[in-house]
Amino acid sequence: MFEIFGIPSTALFGQLLIGLINGSFYALLSLGLAVIFGMLNIINFAHGAQYMLGAFAAFLLLQYTGLNYWWALIVVPIILGVVGVITERLFLQWLYRLDHLYGLLLTFGLALVIEGVFRNEFGSSGLPYRMPSALTGGQNLGFMFLPNYRAWVIVASLVVCFGTWFLIERTRLGAYLRAATENPTLVRAFGINVPRMITLTYGFGVALAAFAGVMAAPIYNVSPQMGSEIIIVVFAVVVIGGMGSILGAIVSGFALGIIEGLTKVFFPEASNVVIFVIMAIVLLVRPAGLFGQSS
Amino acid sequence: MAHAGQIAEKRSAMRVQAETIAFVIMVAALIVAPFFVYPIFLMQAMCFALFACAFNLLVGYVGLLSFGHALYFGWASYLAAYAAKAWGLPPILAILTGTAAGAVLGLLAGVVAIRRQGIYFAMITLALAQMMYFVALQAPFTGGEDGIQAVPRGYLFGIVDLRGEVAMYIFVLVIFLAGFLFIYRIIHSPFGEVLKAIRENETRAISLGYKTERYKLMAFVLSATLAGLAGATKALVVQLASLTDVNWPMSGEVVLMTLVGGLGTIFGPVVGAVTIVSMENFLAGIGRWVPVIQGTIFVACVLLFRRGIIGELAAKLRIRL
Repeated sequence: MFEIFGIPSTALFGQLLIGLINGSFYALLSLGLAVIFGMLNIINFAHGAQYMLGAFAAFLLLQYTGLNYWWALIVVPIILGVVGVITERLFLQWLYRLDHLYGLLLTFGLALVIEGVFRNEFGSSGLPYRMPSALTGGQNLGFMFLPNYRAWVIVASLVVCFGTWFLIERTRLGAYLRAATENPTLVRAFGINVPRMITLTYGFGVALAAFAGVMAAPIYNVSPQMGSEIIIVVFAVVVIGGMGSILGAIVSGFALGIIEGLTKVFFPEASNVVIFVIMAIVLLVRPAGLFGQSS
Repeated sequence: MAHAGQIAEKRSAMRVQAETIAFVIMVAALIVAPFFVYPIFLMQAMCFALFACAFNLLVGYVGLLSFGHALYFGWASYLAAYAAKAWGLPPILAILTGTAAGAVLGLLAGVVAIRRQGIYFAMITLALAQMMYFVALQAPFTGGEDGIQAVPRGYLFGIVDLRGEVAMYIFVLVIFLAGFLFIYRIIHSPFGEVLKAIRENETRAISLGYKTERYKLMAFVLSATLAGLAGATKALVVQLASLTDVNWPMSGEVVLMTLVGGLGTIFGPVVGAVTIVSMENFLAGIGRWVPVIQGTIFVACVLLFRRGIIGELAAKLRIRL
């Protein structure tokens, strides 16, 4: 064991790892928010609730059908993606011509309902989810101990983030998507079904949140309020990064997770507020966000 | 042109007439109500009504949706409670301390938040409020999870004992009406006209030479100050300042009250606040379901009646607000 700035290296690297893990979730969630916002012009307040639903779905699948973690990782995003599609058809599609604020209010209402129902059904103490047996244990890297599951979360989240980036920035489908974001009327004139694309985009965004939820289940307790706890921080992350760019959302998610982890080492009292403070500073210096274009 | 002018004048006269009648009804109702309903409930409702009116000043007349108004309400409530209990300040000074806290916090948050519009503004105000929630959670003077309990109401002007329900009720009624009339005055002043111009078309207001940033900041500070007045008063009414008042569900609640009553209407927030507070009181037995019901009302309001109770009523009566 050695020391850096008077802090034992294990503590430092331990918090750095926790920061990276939190950053993985910030990145996945802010990515989903950015994708949804790009297409629907709606800030999806229910994103936290959908992340929570992902974790609960994994928990319930294991409890009642015995489907394990790996199945949950595939099945849960699909189920919640479908739920997202239904949500968009039932509620959101009526709001596109209105002020963007109504989308925020409606999804806030949905979040209250979902969280309230789960709180009544499962209490607020949180339920444990067993870690998949293949990923228990860990590696001794010499300077720190790296639990296998945490390494997996970081790698999986990076893969999904960059997969999404590739899908949107480098494929034909992504090109349609970006074009429809810029000018939906023109893209429709080329014979592309934009309303269906909007619906599927929302479904995809919800599926991303659900995926994050499944991955979070073994690390954090599965609890009804896990979504509202994280979503406000993710909003700050999104304001810092600017919602214009996919890459910006990913980079700022990971970076802010790490900064939060480091704050826990050097100045623990401020670890809850550091991201909000950074947001305020960024707004004063660069109002459009670090990766956003000023309008 | 003369004809159009006459119509506009007539409409405006009709509006003033309707508002005067509504105001008289409201005051009469507030004087009669304590004979039928618990005064403590009415006092709380008036505090929330003032809070919603203050919030509406920003969202209804400048078009800025703040999702963090619990910050000013809750912190003002803490400071008023602390001033009354720890410093032993008389009620008026305690309330002024809380109100000043709302103003200062509003200025600090406003400088940051008005740099973005629309949904960004909502997210920024929410994030700033959450930051100050964590500060309230950790700061020693707020009492953490316990809050500041048994706040003394004290003696008004050193003589009137506010522990009496009648005296306290009149005190709160005066504060509420003063706040309400002040907001009415702001909205119908030249300053208020500029705010509405910003709401309708900010670019055009800028091109007409208005420094819209200053107007928005001023409106933000006014709104935060009045929210602070409401929070500080509430601390003395219920004799408690707690984390509930400073946490994000409270920010959502004031949005809901205003939305239910009618965004951008004078009386809407009052009607909305009374409706929501009564509902919560009525449903106290199944309190766990209140967030679910609130969420459902949110969804229903956004999808079905965006104009709110007062807006729909005015549309029925063909009164232009």
